[in-house]
This record gives sequence, structure tokens and C-alpha cells, in this order.
Amino acid sequence: MSLGTPEHDIAEPAREHSRRRFLTFLVAAPTLAVAARIGADGLAPASAQAAVPSLPAPAEILDLGDALILAAAPTANLIVVTVDETGRVGLALPRAEVGQGITTAVGMLIADELDVGLDQVDVTLADARPELVFNQLTGGSNTIRSVYGPVRAAAAQARARLLAAAAARWGTAPSVLSVSAGVVTGPGGRSATYGELSAAAADPGLSVVLATPKPPSAATLVGTPTNRVDARRMVTGQMEYTLDLDVVPGALPTMVRRPPTINGTVRSVQNEAAVRAMPGVVDVVTVATGVAVLAETFGQALAGKEALEVTWGPGTVDGESNATIQQKLRAATLPFVVPPLLTTTVDAEFDFAMVSHAPMETNSAIADVRRDRAEIWSGLKSPIVAQQTIAAELGLPQSAVTVHVTQGGGSFGRRLFFDAALEAARISKAAGKPVKLMWSRIDDMRHGRARAASFHRIRATVAAGQVLTFEHRVASGETDTKHGLGEILTAVAASLPVGGNLSFAQTIFLTTVHSPYQLGATTHLLNEVPLQMHTGSWRSVYSANTRGAEEVLIDEIAAKLGKDPVTFRREFLKSDRFRAVLEKVVTEGQWGRSMPRGTAQGIAFHAEYKSCTACLVEVDATDPRAPRVTRATIAADVGRVINPRGLESQLIGGLTDAIGTTFRAGLHIDAGLPLEGSYSQFHYTRQAESPLRTSVFVVPSDGEPGGAGELGVPAAVGAVANAYARATGTKPRSFPINFPVDFDPFPR
Amino acid sequence: MPNYTFQLNGETVTVDAPADLPLLWALRDKLGVTGPKYGCGIDVCKACTSHLDGAAINPCVTPTADVAGREVTTIEGLAGTWSDDPDELHPVQEAWLERDVAQCGYCQPGQIMAAVALLRRTSNPTDADIDAIENVCRCGSYSRIREAIKAAAARM
Repeated sequence: MSLGTPEHDIAEPAREHSRRRFLTFLVAAPTLAVAARIGADGLAPASAQAAVPSLPAPAEILDLGDALILAAAPTANLIVVTVDETGRVGLALPRAEVGQGITTAVGMLIADELDVGLDQVDVTLADARPELVFNQLTGGSNTIRSVYGPVRAAAAQARARLLAAAAARWGTAPSVLSVSAGVVTGPGGRSATYGELSAAAADPGLSVVLATPKPPSAATLVGTPTNRVDARRMVTGQMEYTLDLDVVPGALPTMVRRPPTINGTVRSVQNEAAVRAMPGVVDVVTVATGVAVLAETFGQALAGKEALEVTWGPGTVDGESNATIQQKLRAATLPFVVPPLLTTTVDAEFDFAMVSHAPMETNSAIADVRRDRAEIWSGLKSPIVAQQTIAAELGLPQSAVTVHVTQGGGSFGRRLFFDAALEAARISKAAGKPVKLMWSRIDDMRHGRARAASFHRIRATVAAGQVLTFEHRVASGETDTKHGLGEILTAVAASLPVGGNLSFAQTIFLTTVHSPYQLGATTHLLNEVPLQMHTGSWRSVYSANTRGAEEVLIDEIAAKLGKDPVTFRREFLKSDRFRAVLEKVVTEGQWGRSMPRGTAQGIAFHAEYKSCTACLVEVDATDPRAPRVTRATIAADVGRVINPRGLESQLIGGLTDAIGTTFRAGLHIDAGLPLEGSYSQFHYTRQAESPLRTSVFVVPSDGEPGGAGELGVPAAVGAVANAYARATGTKPRSFPINFPVDFDPFPR
Repeated sequence: MPNYTFQLNGETVTVDAPADLPLLWALRDKLGVTGPKYGCGIDVCKACTSHLDGAAINPCVTPTADVAGREVTTIEGLAGTWSDDPDELHPVQEAWLERDVAQCGYCQPGQIMAAVALLRRTSNPTDADIDAIENVCRCGSYSRIREAIKAAAARM
């Protein structure tokens, strides 16, 4: 309902639909929620420790998630809960589900607020809704943080309308009614289902007061470990990812032959006629990114595209390799600002290779482009920007392009980019046919997105048992944020706690990265090197590398001061909230227990997204070239937890990412192209490399929910690297640690 | 194009396909059976893992001609190999639900089919047996996969 004043609401009649629904819109709560949270963590009273205090960093005052919430606030009241005549409750969520369990968690919020079972709630993924402006981007571990207020408010108002309708029907006051499992019960044993009340509840003339969401103490489902609502479809093969959809009759399986170097161009195709004559091949068209083969099956499209003989123009990074990129990053690293002190310093430099997102479902989209309209299906985390871009590309008004968001087979940041949807639209237009576009795995790793390489220079000065200064300079390949995030930051620029002429990247860096320790004068600076490669935010963006490297250095500073890694962290962490999480893994993970030679424990801590986590792992590095994390203990405080079981999944996923990228998984850029083309070459963690024992502990907390989706990575990177360092007696400086080209690359 | 007839999830099907067309595409693009997923096409990621005469195969590298006259089971037909009750799942699927294994879910049909094949070879798999499953889970759900396999083994 569009709320003119807080005393009134207006139900809107449902748009055309097979069943009558009533709709309720709500309210500008999240702005208040943000304001209440500003500074809550970093400015908590420091307990009586001897550490030299640090000034709050920008990210401790207002972080990237706050910026996303602020940008979404003006349209938060466009989030709509529906109740239909069968009593089913629905919400078309303007976010992407890519495995993070968000439809389950949001369903739990709605179920609790409306007093219905989770099985009565349908959370679907909204099409691109341009009227939402900045409120349809999935990233920054921000979905729960940004929808927690609006979804609960909308559901609470829906409940109030249903109770008002029942009260009117029975001539009683709403306050004497009760609800259970979607059935309203009143005096004298009268009862009515939500379905029976939905039409009356939709009457704009109904008098309803503004409802407020229930307090956490009234929760029945929220906070309880709950299994995924979509799991049964997944384990029976019924879950439909983009290319499983049968939505456009005659849409042709399509694959693209891509250039031998990143951003290479098509000059000419030598054997188009021969490829057109291959079995099953229907059409061959050239687009900006390569040569597309449309066929009856993907197998035939793949055979066709591999048979193509193409003359290519140069790409944009043909002269680059890992070594040249590393040199450029070192040269671009900004200087430290603290003048040299007559004290001991702890210095280190770290290199991190590029890392593919490599979601299991490769880049894919369905496109049906007609003369006057287009329809797109793809797993999209920024569907509005996709719609705008595709419309401009096709020369159509934005309103003529319908963009459907499908459930994605993993993302890790990848699906912020809509390059498959754009490419599919171009191919469909060029061929005059609907297409189902699938990228090959090789192309997905070589021409897809990746985390940019980064170089880190860190210096701490220590004296008299204290850390006086801590400076960290990061040089990174440019991370592409042209998926709407830059516009969001521009829109909320006045609210950001960073000033000056910062780039989007520097703004993101400073609103995400901060040290959780009191390390005296602390400075963080990022400089990005423009390399025209396909990069993108990778789970935890800058933090995996930046904070991972810092956690390695924390162990080395502790050693310099003669302190145990846990003792140091205990003394220098900024808050008791942080210490509680650390102590949980120390206890549960048995820190300090005797370990055989060649094995060791490692520990690390990370705070971001208004949440914090500690990770303690045990590594067997008896063979330093084939280390294994044998046991992992993780604790997290994420504020109010919606679904502890989903939180555990996210933290386990972050740990698995950290194991892979710390030990073996990265990309070798060679003459303008990654050598890696499959999981036999890009060594993401497999079962044989995952811990035999993993324990996750949720530290009880209250307040607004923090973010969790990316939280687990940075601490686990630090813990795994620190355990390896202690097991082998080495100082890890280059990641992945074991990174030979141990394969024969596929042809270009 | 030649026709190939085989048993697919308990039913006889005939598909018109080139002999060397990988079975994955005969299943997905010609028969509309989309449970087996493409993840690499070269028998590396194992996302398409299905069963041929009860043993694990990877349809992305299995020529369609090779399955003529044989019995192919995909994730869609797994429950039917266990029970005639259409509402009943295979115990491995049930274990996957109990442990809430799936995150994005894309690899899980292949993970489940690999686990069932393992349990057919050895009813009480060791950690080393489970480690030998090479199916990639990019979401990193391995610890729950391990727990689910052990739970299913105990139940079966």
C-alpha cells in the first residue's frame, strides 16, 4: 500500500491474475534501521585493554551495505506481499537466488509475521522492475540486511488487514482475534481462513491501523534451523535453471566461438558454409564477442563452433601474463604515509593471482528478440541494468524488453554481470530466431569474469609490546562494477563516510575493508590498475585478499611481540563482541592442542557486514605440496539470525572457497588469456581436499541482522594460510601457495 | 540419422541422433530430461553423473549409440529404482534433504547419483571411499555431502 500517512494504508487491487489477490505495500522503515546501526560496531566501548586505539575506519561508520540500504530505501515500500483466495502468501522478491537460500530465509520472515506455515508461502524471483531503481541488485551480502525491514513490515500490514476484515465480518475488535496456520479465530469459536478473508481484506475502504512487525521474542520459525524450501526440487532433478526452461518454442541451442585472447575481435570466418552443412547446425552469425552457431542440440552447436575457422583481431591484453600484471601492480602501489619511526617494523608483501568465479552453471541465457519487443531469461543479480543495456543495444524502449530472473547455479559475484543475456539478445536479433545460449566451461573460465589479481604491501611498527601503526597498500587490477553499483554509490555519495575524489573502487574498498584490531594509526589505501580484462567482485570482493593477508601478518606481529596468535588477538581485538566469537573457536576447536609434526592449527578473525567470524583450522602439510585442512571450527555473530542452517551453509561455503584459493585454485594469464579451462586445471576444492570434521557455531546475538553470504571467506583464508605457515615453518606470500601449471592447456 | 532405443527411467525411448552425439544432449535437447547438468563436457566436473545399467557414467562423454538396448537412469528416475510409490524418494535423496545439502543445487543430481553408485559398490563407505568422489561442488557443500552419504549408508 502506498502509505501517505502512518495512520492509513491502502490496499491496491491486484493486477490481472488468475486468482484474486490483495496487495500490501510498506514503509520507509529501513532508513531508520540504518540510522540506528550507524557506528554501532566499531564505536562500541573499548574494553580495558592496553592496545593503542585506532580511530574508526570509514567502514565502521557506514559500510557498503548501509549505502545499498540507503539507496534502496526510497523504493522499499514497493516490496509487495500478496494473499490469494486459497490462502497462499506470495512475494516476488527483487533479488536473485543463486544458492544462498534467500527464498527460504525470506519465506521464514513472512511466515512468522503472518502466522502461517512456511509451506504456505511462495517466494519467487521478480522480473526486472525498473521502478525499483536501486532496489534490485543482489550483492554485498546485503539481501537480508536490506529486505528484513520492508518484508516484515509488508507482511505485518497484510496480517493487520486480514484481522481487520475478520473483525468487521464478526463485528468485533481485531485485538480479540488470534491466528494460527493462516486461520483466524474469534469469539465464540468462529474462524475463517486467510483465503476466505483475502477479498474483504483487499477492500480499500477497510479501516486498518499501521501494524508493526513482531518483536524477535515472538518468533516461532525465525532463528530455528530450517531446511531449504527448494531442496526437494533440487534432489529430484526438478529444479529448473535457465537452460532447463522450456519457455520459448523453437529456441535453438547456441554456442559461441571466442577469440584466442581476451576481447579479441572477429575479422573473418573462413568456413561458414562448411559449418552450416554440419549435422544439426541451423545458423551461423557473427556478433561482437565471437561467432555463434545455432543448432538442434548443444552437442551439435559445440561441434560446429569448434569446427569454425576464424581470423581474429588482437585483444586488449595480448601482452599480459601473470608476471607482467604483478609488475604493474607493484609499480602502482601507493606509498605509506606514516613517517619512518625509530622502532621495529614488521613488513610483508603478498601476491594474489586472478581467480575464476567458476559457478557450476556456466554463463547462460534465453533470448527471444522480435522486431518490436524482446524477452530474456537468465540468472541475473542486476536485472534492471541488464534490461536498460539490452534495450539500448536492441534499439527498443526499455518497456519493450521483459527480463525474467531465473534461479542461478551458483554465482559468487559472477551473475552481477549480464553478459550472457546481452550476447543472447544480440545473437537472437542477428539470427532472427529465439536462442538458448550456453557458454562452454573453457570459455567460462577464459572469457568469463574473474577476481582481479592484487598486490599487498603491509607495514606495522611495534614498540614496547604495542602496535603503533598499521598501514596496508593494495594494488589491484581494476574490478568492474559497471552493473549498477557505481550508480548506487553516486546516488548516496553525500551519505558516505569517505570524502575527496575517490573512485568507485576506492569507495567500495573503504566502505568494506577495515581492521578489527586496535593497531594504533591505521591506514588502508587501494590503487587500481586499468587492465581491460573481464573482472568482477568475487565473494567478499577486496576482503578475501586484503584481510586474509592481514591475518597472516597479525600472526607475524604476534610472533615479533612474543605472543601466541590467540593471546595477541584477544588483547588487540576492538570489542568484546569480537572476543566472544574468537573465544568460541578457541574452546570448541581446542586451540593449542598437541599436533603431530607437519601439522598445525591456524586461526584468524574477520568483521564485515555488521557481522564477525573466527575460524580455526587444522592443516596436515606433511607433504607441503598436497596440504589438507583436516578439521575446521567456525564461529560467527551475525546479529539476529534468520536461518541458522542457511548461515552454516554460507560459512562452510566460504571456508571451502578459502581452502581452494589459498592452496591451489587460481588463473595463469598467459599472452592475454587464462590457461585454465576446466576444473581439472582450475583446482577448486574437491571432496578429497575438504575437512573431515567441520563445526559451525552461531554465537547468540540480537539487533538487526548482519550480512553472512561472503563473511566466511577472509577469516578462513587467514586461518588456512596461518596453519600452513605453522605446519611448514614458511611465510606464505604468494597465493595460491601451490600454483604450478600442472596440465596441458586446451587449444586457444 | 539413426534411431537408438534404450530404457530411460523405466520406460522405453527411441531417439533420433547421430551415433556420436553425447548422451547428455540426447537426454536434454531431444528427450527433455534436464536433471543431468552440463558443467564441463569432458568428464571432469561430473555434474551430469547418471547410471548405465546401475553404474555411474558421465553422459557428456558417452556416445548415444553406446546406450542402445541398455538401461539409463537419471536423477529423475532414481526414486523409481527404490520404490514403486511415486511419493517415496531414494534413501540417498532423503539423506540429502535431512542434511539440507544443496546450496545452488546444480551439481547435486550428479552428487547423488555418484553417491548411490558408491553405495552399490560398498554398503559402508569409508572417508577414503567418499574422498574418491570427484564431483565438483562449487558452493562447497562437501561436509554435508559426506554426512549425507554416511547417513544414507546407515539407513540402507
